[in-house]
Amino acid sequence: MRELNSSPVFAARGLRKVYEMGEVTVEALRGVDFDLYAGEFIVLLGPSGSGKSTLLNILGGLDVPTSGSVVYKDHNLTAADDSALTQYRRSHVGFVFQFYNLIPSLTARENVALVTELSPGSMTPEQALGLVDLGQRLDHFPAQLSGGEQQRVAIARAIAKRPDVLLCDEPTGALDITTGAVVLDAIVRVNQELGTSTVVITHNAAIAGIADRVVRLADGHVASVERNATKLSVEALRW
Amino acid sequence: MVSMPRFVPTLDRKLLRDLWEMKGQALAIAAVVAAGVAMFVMYLSNFDSLQQTRAEYYETARFADVFASLKRAPTSVRSRIAAIPGVEQVMTRVVADVTLDVPGMDEPATGRLISLPEVGTPALNDLFLRRGRWIDPSRADEVLASEMFCEAHGIGPGDRVAALINGRRRWLTIVGVALSPEYIYTIRPGELFPDKRRFGIFWMNGATLAPAFDMEGGFNDVSLSLGRGASSVDVIAQVDRILEPYGGLGAVPQSQQISGWTLENELTQLQMFGFITPLIFLGVAAFILNVALTRALALQRSQIAALKALGFANGEIAWHYIKWGLVIAALGAVLGVAGGAWLGSGMISLYNQYFRFPVLYYRMSTDVAVESLLGALIVATLGAWSAVRRAVRIPPADAMRPEAPARYHRSLFEHAVRLPMASRMVLRNLERQPVRSVVSVIGIAFAVAVLLVGLSFLDVMDVLINQQFVLSMRQDATVSFAQPRSSRAVHDVLHMPGAMDVEPIRIVPVRFRSAGRTRTLVISGLPENPTLNRVVTRDGRTLALPPEGVVLSKMLGDILGIGPGDLVQVSVLEGRRQVFDVPVRMLVDDSLGLQAYMRQDALHRLLGEGATVSGAAVTVDPAAMARFYSAVKTMPAVAGVSLRETTLRNFRETMAETMNLQIFFNVMFSAVIAFGVVYNSARVSLSERSHELASLRVLGFTRAEISLILLGELALLTLVSLPVGAVIGYALGALIMSGFNNEMYRLSFTVSAATVAWAFLVVIAAAAVSGLIVRRRLDRLDLVAVLKRRD
Repeated sequence: MRELNSSPVFAARGLRKVYEMGEVTVEALRGVDFDLYAGEFIVLLGPSGSGKSTLLNILGGLDVPTSGSVVYKDHNLTAADDSALTQYRRSHVGFVFQFYNLIPSLTARENVALVTELSPGSMTPEQALGLVDLGQRLDHFPAQLSGGEQQRVAIARAIAKRPDVLLCDEPTGALDITTGAVVLDAIVRVNQELGTSTVVITHNAAIAGIADRVVRLADGHVASVERNATKLSVEALRW
Repeated sequence: MVSMPRFVPTLDRKLLRDLWEMKGQALAIAAVVAAGVAMFVMYLSNFDSLQQTRAEYYETARFADVFASLKRAPTSVRSRIAAIPGVEQVMTRVVADVTLDVPGMDEPATGRLISLPEVGTPALNDLFLRRGRWIDPSRADEVLASEMFCEAHGIGPGDRVAALINGRRRWLTIVGVALSPEYIYTIRPGELFPDKRRFGIFWMNGATLAPAFDMEGGFNDVSLSLGRGASSVDVIAQVDRILEPYGGLGAVPQSQQISGWTLENELTQLQMFGFITPLIFLGVAAFILNVALTRALALQRSQIAALKALGFANGEIAWHYIKWGLVIAALGAVLGVAGGAWLGSGMISLYNQYFRFPVLYYRMSTDVAVESLLGALIVATLGAWSAVRRAVRIPPADAMRPEAPARYHRSLFEHAVRLPMASRMVLRNLERQPVRSVVSVIGIAFAVAVLLVGLSFLDVMDVLINQQFVLSMRQDATVSFAQPRSSRAVHDVLHMPGAMDVEPIRIVPVRFRSAGRTRTLVISGLPENPTLNRVVTRDGRTLALPPEGVVLSKMLGDILGIGPGDLVQVSVLEGRRQVFDVPVRMLVDDSLGLQAYMRQDALHRLLGEGATVSGAAVTVDPAAMARFYSAVKTMPAVAGVSLRETTLRNFRETMAETMNLQIFFNVMFSAVIAFGVVYNSARVSLSERSHELASLRVLGFTRAEISLILLGELALLTLVSLPVGAVIGYALGALIMSGFNNEMYRLSFTVSAATVAWAFLVVIAAAAVSGLIVRRRLDRLDLVAVLKRRD
């Protein structure tokens, strides 16, 4: 197991988030405390509607909490304005979404290039796609790729700029077991090889074994935090 | 998908491929932009070309600055005029109108004979010799003839025409065909429209012309050029003072010389037209761009979210989407500039029908091209702006979630009637998104409106013709005498073969003056209850003239700054040349020219004359028309005859030809708008609802049934937009017609029921065609792919 630094990369305290969805008001987070340490791999577990995605969005600077505070290193994200959050996402965060969110009109290489053109010091699109074993599919459009391949393009796109944190929202949610394993493997490899602090959301408890720590959310609260004594490899997972 | 070179930034690749995906819509919008830009380029390049051609021609031909006609002055007066401070050159001439007998034409024509200097070319208003040669001073019968007249009759050097000069028939031999800056626009005084067949200009040796009109050692026409900085107002005042004892008819500046004035009015109108019409088109383009982009962006919701999550700033994303609009507009502008230049070069030849320059060449200035490109880009930015701002404002996390289910409720109609499922879906969808429905309706309504405006020009012309030739000028012919004559002359006219009814006309040349503003015009004296020559307002009412005082065109009242109850100073420019203050009794809102009317008896009293006439309006037995014509040709002391039938025919032929071309352009462009708007609405609905429609197909609905849902919505929107478009069209038409309000024409916007029906039909047809295209796409809907797609 990796030796963790004493000061967390992320420190969230007392996060609350209330949404207006159509005619209903939803309280997605009801006072969440959360820490993430450098190089750490966290799996966020919980049923649908437990507030996992909301937490991830707030950590990633896509959303702001209704109340509470989030500090990323020395940036106070709660106090940041829109352009500061954009800058934060651009420099520090890599996102992987459940539905990949690739730009359909761009090839695999171009989807990655979108980010590498934006951030100096990025690896080349070819390198990033090589990391997820897609070196042969550079010039395919998303519609010409399988779901697993699309998700790996999304991972390559997320890590190409060498982000400090990689945030993955149900990365295997739309995939079958075999493809899901390939995708998870890519994420684990990035975490190990690049030392990127990683948070993976899932409602699939079987995946929890690959994490350093497992945070369970239920109904907008942190229900439990467990540290895995031994991390499992992806092949060792039983789904 | 398009492959593209390496140097294209990734986001721009997305832009180009996305545009390629929506190429149908993009082309439709670009076509509307192109239509607007083409009109702009077409009108303004013609404006530019005419203006520059005019400026160069005036310059090289030494077109005079001041013009004056008079009865007769001895040659010695010339030096007094030349001595006026500011006057640079003086040219005196003999000018006389005569009746012509042209071989092969029944109707009499009018010839204007103008003297040429004994030696050399005219110092001012120089002639351009198109064909043939200059006259030989030793040959008395040789003339140069105006080009349009020669063209109209297919005659040229070597041909002869007969002129009735002082009661004697004389043959004139054409040796050359010429053009003059004074007659770029050639119209017989007193006519409403130019008639190139019946009015010709002939230049001939002064030594021959002068004796025939008792002008030896004298002149009856003078042109002056002014030095730099000289005031034409001061010079005109002095010229008038000098010429007054010699029957001066009032000097006018270049801007009021009839050809110069017409050309100026035409140019102003062209400029107005070239501004207002394209503005409407570009406005519509901005509007549909906004609609199309709003909806395209709604479909890109998750992509926008992804871009935001990846760290793209709002500004970068906004610029990316604004570029969509800019690319479409730039495409449209390039097409428009090319198309406008092509159409414009065709249109300029139409001006040759009215305006004759030595060379009327088409020029398309870079300024016009750059202005139209900029205009299109600005319009596109305006159109894209609100759509983009709305889309970019979505918080990134919001965009990551699917949209909350839309709030539907029973539509208003359903409470009253029980409707089939498809109709219910159509109505609920329209009612759920009232703003969008209204926007679509307005978009299609614009197509109706533009079409209505384009077609209505025919109606406007019909109304004008009806006013002038049915309500106002009801006579078949107007005979004008060379000099005012006693009322017995009217009886002579009545005794001509075929003449059925005669009405005396008294025309008095005058100068109106009020508060320093002057106009040199004529007062038409009409009988108390005229049956032939009547005063008709713009809305077709016949006016009875008051027993005393003068009635002026409203436009003339505006120019002079006077209205009913005011006094206007009237300087009579013939006879005893009295000066009166005459009360203005009425302003008449009429359609053509600057008119002044008085009751004939009141005019006689004012001038202290007996029953004097200047001409007569005649109705002629159609069967005896030919005999009437030949009698007029030999009648002495007749300066000219205008014929309703030929004027009308001539008007229809020439004017309508130009109009038809412009109407054709308008209709073509309107159809582009109609198709563009409807096609866009249909495509947007299709892409928004393909998921829903595919689901219905999976549930077992037939193609026809789902088509009904989508096309039913389109049909309903089109139906609603028709009356809305009629209203918008009426407003736009009135706006455009206000651009026609000049000294020459004041047209009222009119639309006939048939025009409305045609506009509706074209839009319905355009809607049907776009519906069919969309229907084909609907048939090819890939159910599995659509359902798997989440965005």
